[in-house]
Amino acid sequence: MSTAAVIVFPGSNCDRDMAVALEAAFGHAPQMVWHGNRALPKVDLVAVPGGFSYGDYLRSGAMAANSPIMREVAAAASRGTPVLGICNGFQVLTECGLLPGVLMRNASLKFICRDVDLRVERADSIFTSGYTAGQVIRVPMAHHDGNYFADPDTLKALEDGDRVAFRYCAPDGTISDLANPNGSIANIAGIFNEAGNVLGMMPHPERLADPLLGGTDGLPMFQALAEAIAA
Amino acid sequence: MSDTAERPEDLMGLSDEEYDTILNILGRTPKLTELGIFSVMWSEHCSYKSSKFWLKTLPTEGPQVIQGPGENAGVIDIGDGLAAIFKIESHNHPSFIEPYQGAATGVGGIMRDVFTMGARPVANMNALRFGAPEHPKTRHLMDGVVSGIGGYGNCMGVPTVGGEVNFDPAYNGNILVNAMTVGIASTDKIFYSAAAGVGLPVVYVGAKTGSDGIHGATMASAAFDDDSAEKRPTVQVGDPFTEKLLLEACLELMATDAIIAIQDMGAAGLTSSSVEMADKGKVGITLNLDHVPKRETAMTPYEMMLSESQERMLMVLKPGREDEARAIFDKWELDLAVIGKTNDSQRLVLEWQGETAADIPVPPLVAAAPEYERPWIATPPRAVICAAEVAAPVDIAEALLALVGSPDLCSRRWVWEQYDHMVMADTVGRPGGDAALVRVHGTKKALAISTDCTPRYVLANPVEGGKQAVAEAWRNVTAVGATPLAMTNNLNFGNPERPEIMGQLVGAVQGMGAACLALEAPIVSGNVSLYNETNGEAILPTPVIGCVGLIDDLTNAVGSAFINEGEAVFIVGETAGWLGCSIYQRDQAGGTAGAPPPVDLEIERRHGDFVRAAILDGRVTACHDVSDGGLAVALAEMAIAGGIGAEITATPDMPAHAWAFGEDQSRYIVTCTDTNAFITAATEAEVHVTHIGTVGGAALTLFEAEPISVAALSEAHLRWLPAYMASREA
Repeated sequence: MSTAAVIVFPGSNCDRDMAVALEAAFGHAPQMVWHGNRALPKVDLVAVPGGFSYGDYLRSGAMAANSPIMREVAAAASRGTPVLGICNGFQVLTECGLLPGVLMRNASLKFICRDVDLRVERADSIFTSGYTAGQVIRVPMAHHDGNYFADPDTLKALEDGDRVAFRYCAPDGTISDLANPNGSIANIAGIFNEAGNVLGMMPHPERLADPLLGGTDGLPMFQALAEAIAA
Repeated sequence: MSDTAERPEDLMGLSDEEYDTILNILGRTPKLTELGIFSVMWSEHCSYKSSKFWLKTLPTEGPQVIQGPGENAGVIDIGDGLAAIFKIESHNHPSFIEPYQGAATGVGGIMRDVFTMGARPVANMNALRFGAPEHPKTRHLMDGVVSGIGGYGNCMGVPTVGGEVNFDPAYNGNILVNAMTVGIASTDKIFYSAAAGVGLPVVYVGAKTGSDGIHGATMASAAFDDDSAEKRPTVQVGDPFTEKLLLEACLELMATDAIIAIQDMGAAGLTSSSVEMADKGKVGITLNLDHVPKRETAMTPYEMMLSESQERMLMVLKPGREDEARAIFDKWELDLAVIGKTNDSQRLVLEWQGETAADIPVPPLVAAAPEYERPWIATPPRAVICAAEVAAPVDIAEALLALVGSPDLCSRRWVWEQYDHMVMADTVGRPGGDAALVRVHGTKKALAISTDCTPRYVLANPVEGGKQAVAEAWRNVTAVGATPLAMTNNLNFGNPERPEIMGQLVGAVQGMGAACLALEAPIVSGNVSLYNETNGEAILPTPVIGCVGLIDDLTNAVGSAFINEGEAVFIVGETAGWLGCSIYQRDQAGGTAGAPPPVDLEIERRHGDFVRAAILDGRVTACHDVSDGGLAVALAEMAIAGGIGAEITATPDMPAHAWAFGEDQSRYIVTCTDTNAFITAATEAEVHVTHIGTVGGAALTLFEAEPISVAALSEAHLRWLPAYMASREA
């Protein structure tokens, strides 16, 4: 039986949403792992959920990145365990160095909660195999600090290595400034690590994985993960 | 009686008579801390001294009511062993002084009221009123309030799912920030504030006490003058991260049976929480203030008792359970301190550094709190204005475009996009519809929530306006297919010592009471905010209603967007073309005048019950209530939401502008597929329905007027607010 863990920091608030989406796809509930734990249970997937860990008070994700459990998450990632960071989880993964770049304040300086169109850049990863490359999916975003930035060398490495997972786009898939909700460089909404087993993204696929909520475009991600891990 | 020469110079907002009562209760001159305690407990904000007499006339009972007014929040039964716990509360005065923190702590305070009772908050709502858009402070205040509401609610991870925002010059000097929270609890796990039992530990949990918000309740009980900005230190500072930890820690402890009573420290902080627990439990409480966790060392008893530092709770535990509680609060890195014990003295005794800083008998402190039957003058009735007296527009289509793009009717997207309205992944009906729809987690049920008030109606006729606020909230909840269960109200008025203002309050309460009775939706909680005036200029009377309803199977709910081409468009309810006090009259025909549209409560009930049944029977595909701006604006909103137009072919038997923009009450617009079945059902229910046209096309056409493209309507609807907020001109 494949298993998942959801890391819970003080101030995490999408932990339950993540658990609901994972349970729907995996058929059983993930383990909720408190940030102070020094040991990570042996699992097939680690999810770092959204929220305001430590109130985002120093810098989004900065304090959570130094939690004892994140050393264990980094070790698991280096062994190839898939790690999924969404929203604040993405911020934590950049702060602890599992992913490059940084998430700055939105260009509008406002918190923005709305559905956005994302272009799936790669469909050959364990996270995105439920989509087709170039497919446009609609997923909600809800953040204040989602303006992705990386220096030119890092950006080149991401682009050359096909490590951009999702980009903000127009409904027809066009990438433009107009379709960029938060100022992210190259419209980047999500990226992979070099090995491809760590994905960080700002929008929330777990929030549109249920037809009653107005969409299911997030569902294939969790189903693909469940299948990849079971295989 | 006392020698007036002994009187302190500063009575802290108390009257001479009130001070005399204190002398009688104590039999001596109060110490500073004691005077402070009486002052906040007897402030308008905490004692409801001007409104209590009238609040008692409101209907508060019903088979669905588990707890009516008098606790931290109201509780209603929603079946399957679950309860909805909710309340609305104002943070008007602080939000005007410091909009971000004022609004943020308003949201934090109302969430605490709800989770104090054992509920996990699942939805936040709000009702906001700002001054004229051209007033130099309006943009700054609105930006701060919206950021503050988002800043707190987003961090807590509780979705802000809807609300209302309006502008009027009457709010230039006093904005309104009313925040509502709805939570869900098990009916067998509801926590109350009565500290029954003696020898029990009194436990302080949460954030440390600082010197912020001292005398906040007193500040909120007085009118503003030109120096109101100097009251900044009375505004509290919010820490939503700490409150998130407090929420989780409290719910974790509540899952055990260690708690006997719990009360949040809101207005008047440690004072009101300890007094209320002691009074309700008919016990005494002795607190040792040396043990209060403090942010700064040199705080006096006076400051500790009057501080309104946020994110704090007071609990009475079963004896011997302190360590269990401490372990949970340690895990969440929050303070827990045993600061006192209950006893049978019925006195509040405060010890500090080996001395007694206060010793007050609790029953008279509560029971002798002043209650005034203030003189009032009924608002004189206004003449009914007929449609012919209100100037017609040159062009109906142009007038409609202007209205959908006007400050009061344009899209609030700029506001609600700053609120996380989807966290918790149960928001089925997002902001922008008639009522927000929030799924009860793990079930097929959903709660429908709406906040409403039309202050220009209340000003014109407080009784009718009070009825209308209830009716509109009830109608909005009905329009999604839910059954309204209960209400919470927030009475925002000017200075009640002025008989004409008191007359507004009395009238509004009478109207609300009548409507709640007729619609079987009692008031289970609420808040009163008076003295909303500056230099003698009062706000519009604004009795806001928050309504909570239930739908058993949320797959039966409908939205307000046009969905399918070819469907029939009906008006439910009669259209008489009432333009008095309408938005059209105010904005395009020279200003508000005349009587507001009356609400016939029997008709309201019949129409609503019919519409709800039609929705649940699957006969209706979309539904929208008709309110500000009348039929034309309602149709435009349905077209914009659906991205589909409609052709309205019915020919009005009255001046066209009265038909289009009149604000007759108790009406809905619905779309349906089976026209005959709908008409038959309406006839059987004795409900007047009119088939007025058909959904379809890319434009909205109102009989002979020029078609307006949905794209143009949408552009006008979305344009004003972001453009206004981005510009720098006053």
